[in-house]
Amino acid sequence: MAGPLEPLFDVEEMELSFGPQHPATHGVLRVQLRLDGEKIMDAKPIIGYLHRGTEKLFERESFNQCIPHTDRLDYIAAPTNNEGFVLAAEKLLGITVPPRASYIRMILAELGRISSHVLWLATHAIDLGAITPFFYTFRERERILDLFEEYCGARLTLNAMRVGGLPYDLPDGWVERCSELIDSLPKYFDEYETLLTENRIWKKRTIGIGVISAEEAIDYGLTGPPLRGSGVRWDIRKVFPYDRYDEVEFEIPIGENGDTYDRYLVRMEEMRQSVRIIRQCLDRLPDGPVMAKVPKVLRAQEGIVYASVEAPKGELGYMFVTTAKSTQPYRCHIRPPSFINLQALPAMVEGHLVADLVAVIGTLDIVLGEIDR
Amino acid sequence: MWAEILVIVIKVVVVSSVLLTLVPIMVWVERRGAAMIQDRLGPNRVGPFGLLQPIVDAVKLITKEDLTPSGVKGVDRLLYLLAPSIALVVAISVFIAVPFGFDPGLKLFGHAIDGFIVAPNLNLGILYIFAIASLGVYSVVLAGWASNNKYSLMGGIRASAQMVSYELAMTISVVGVLMVSGSFGLQDVVLHQSGTWFGFIPRWNVFPQIIGAITFIVAAFAETNRLPFDLVEAEAELVVGYHTEYSSMRFAAFFMSEYVNMVTASSLIVILFFGGWTLPGFATPAGWLGALVSIGIFAVKVAFFLWFFVWVRWTLPRFRFDQLMALGWKTMIPLAVLNFLLVGAGMALRNL
Amino acid sequence: MAFLVAHFTQIVFYVLALLAVLGGIGVVTFKNPVHSALSLLGTFLMVAGLFVLRHAEFLAAVQVLVYAGGIMVLFLFVIMLVNVKKLQPEAVFLSAQAPMAVLAGVLVGALVAFGLLAGKLAAAGGVPAALQTVDGKVLGNTEAVGWLLYRQYLVPFEVVSVVLLVAMVGAIVFGLKSASLDRGEGRAER
Repeated sequence: MAGPLEPLFDVEEMELSFGPQHPATHGVLRVQLRLDGEKIMDAKPIIGYLHRGTEKLFERESFNQCIPHTDRLDYIAAPTNNEGFVLAAEKLLGITVPPRASYIRMILAELGRISSHVLWLATHAIDLGAITPFFYTFRERERILDLFEEYCGARLTLNAMRVGGLPYDLPDGWVERCSELIDSLPKYFDEYETLLTENRIWKKRTIGIGVISAEEAIDYGLTGPPLRGSGVRWDIRKVFPYDRYDEVEFEIPIGENGDTYDRYLVRMEEMRQSVRIIRQCLDRLPDGPVMAKVPKVLRAQEGIVYASVEAPKGELGYMFVTTAKSTQPYRCHIRPPSFINLQALPAMVEGHLVADLVAVIGTLDIVLGEIDR
Repeated sequence: MWAEILVIVIKVVVVSSVLLTLVPIMVWVERRGAAMIQDRLGPNRVGPFGLLQPIVDAVKLITKEDLTPSGVKGVDRLLYLLAPSIALVVAISVFIAVPFGFDPGLKLFGHAIDGFIVAPNLNLGILYIFAIASLGVYSVVLAGWASNNKYSLMGGIRASAQMVSYELAMTISVVGVLMVSGSFGLQDVVLHQSGTWFGFIPRWNVFPQIIGAITFIVAAFAETNRLPFDLVEAEAELVVGYHTEYSSMRFAAFFMSEYVNMVTASSLIVILFFGGWTLPGFATPAGWLGALVSIGIFAVKVAFFLWFFVWVRWTLPRFRFDQLMALGWKTMIPLAVLNFLLVGAGMALRNL
Repeated sequence: MAFLVAHFTQIVFYVLALLAVLGGIGVVTFKNPVHSALSLLGTFLMVAGLFVLRHAEFLAAVQVLVYAGGIMVLFLFVIMLVNVKKLQPEAVFLSAQAPMAVLAGVLVGALVAFGLLAGKLAAAGGVPAALQTVDGKVLGNTEAVGWLLYRQYLVPFEVVSVVLLVAMVGAIVFGLKSASLDRGEGRAER
């Protein structure tokens, strides 16, 4: 027969709405997929299901009243959210924080990093079918949350920092209990690694998946483990040290290939480095007040200020635009790491299979709370 | 004639009720075993050690509302309702060709029991098992198709490719065993494995045919859709794949068939490669005692492999679909073929 | 009752045959390809039943194992994978093939009729002749099939397997070719 044949059947690519209610999207993320069989032709993240107008709320409330809202950004790791906000406010108001408060903030932030990373490991592993690490990691996460609870009464939304320092000093015996916990943690990290690091199925599922080169990662503005997994040694704690991070020793682990497995290794090593930081902080925790002398009502002068911290997910920054003598920012902008890291998702999954989408969402370690704000 | 029918009826009733009773026991073992592996307690509230938990689960499932997704009408609705029944019927009817004990010529109501197997005269034996078990995939495919849900459909698609591929590896890895025993009948396969080599190595097929045993066990995992091959359900990717839309007892039918399939798979592993009810250096006593002892030995071996299924599930991550197919076609099938070539060569050399 | 017992085999035969034919009609009449595939599955199972009726248990098992459990599942796999909704209404290909289909149907019908008349396919009660081998021993079903396949019909058997292999390799080559090309070009290539 001459000429091209008409297709015999109506053959169509499948459109699949992956989420917003799906066990592996880590919240209310929706990914609009175009599939050829199981191959992803196109992936489009659709966000906004958890929008609460956090930035707008900041324009209506005084600085200290904003802090509980920051807890709800990356609700997995509240301390770094608080930290970023109070650092920005302190920069704006020109307040110097007492050393003891800085050290306690670092301890809380690093504990938050560990609790965030173990939760990431739990969900990432369960997404790839390994169920048991989930229960192991939650065992340790519980103990970290116990420490938070002991310090500030809350386990998840801590509201643990204030502009100028901390609301409370550490309770009696907290340092010993924290010390005991962090001494035991590396042993548990080894336990997780026994199940996964050299597991051939785990390697098959993660090596070469969601590869992103260093140049691309920088172009997309990735930060945190997704950037470091591609081999870029960039960590706010090192390049723009805040609190007392310049006084402690720690390494910035980086990967080589920018794939899911390297990001896994980076995060595993970051947890060990966090333990190292906490150990140093506990050992040289200075005495003194935990709150600087600050006025009852905080009034800013006119200006623009940006301050950022290395949150578990990447660079978390707060920008305030203020007018003279205002008690709240005229405009607030939050730079959430997950929001920017998520942009790389379509590039990372194109041509992969549906199962890899789950792996890539897991390895980006997104939290919808801070994406939708 | 009536005695014959009675014996068959008793066999059918006993086998199917034992199989279905094993389901709640396995559910309990799975949950408590998972808890043990995961450093937690597991269900321990209902009855001693939580033993009654599966019964409570069953009551819950029975009393739940049975939903049909909207848009499933006509022929598709029929298929939707039929799929769980196919799963359970296939799972149970496979077992009638599985011998589970030694028969020293016992009689019941004046009629020979004719072996602890429901259908002893089925000269197809293992072939019957494979033929019926190969129909089990339709329950998954039809459920996936008729659910009118894209995730279910993808589960069904995966099931069709996965099960057909691993069926090949499974069938080929059995060929070596059948060649050695010279029979399709599983009773003959077991009898062939009694005794020892050099006085201490049991004459189990697993020793000369270790490759076949490994490929068979791996294929059995894939055929029962257990981790690391549970891509058909793949909770994280496909929600739960083909049974996403099923609720109540229809869901339970899929659930039960999975466990019955596990029992069948474990029984086949034991019969084909681990000597069935034989133990080296142990002569089965005569009479009813012998029958009971042999069933006991068989049950212990099967229990080990059932535990093995549970153990693996809570240890390993899941394969990706293309990796699963690559493993099946590029590793398992060549290995299975290698096994049967080696066995054939061995047999030819011995006959020289 | 007595009639049922006496003619049990015939009744089962006609029921199975009727269902098989109905399944065949279903294959070409259903609009939805999945339903067509399922009615083909029904036909396969009924034919397996007919094999059992003729004491060809091995063939029946292989029919279920290979056709019902293997090939049909792959059909369904393809239908579901490419997400075929409905056949194109105009179905141009049917009209082009119609005369050839009629011819083929007539030829096959003639062949069957000839066979029946010649008594080759006429039913013989008891153990079919094929099961009796050279030394007169009645063998099991599997042995009989093996005996025929690897002794009497060895050359045709090998030829058929080579033909199948060639077809398989050809299919893979075509598949690879169109996969490496752009979609539209691949279609034009055919």
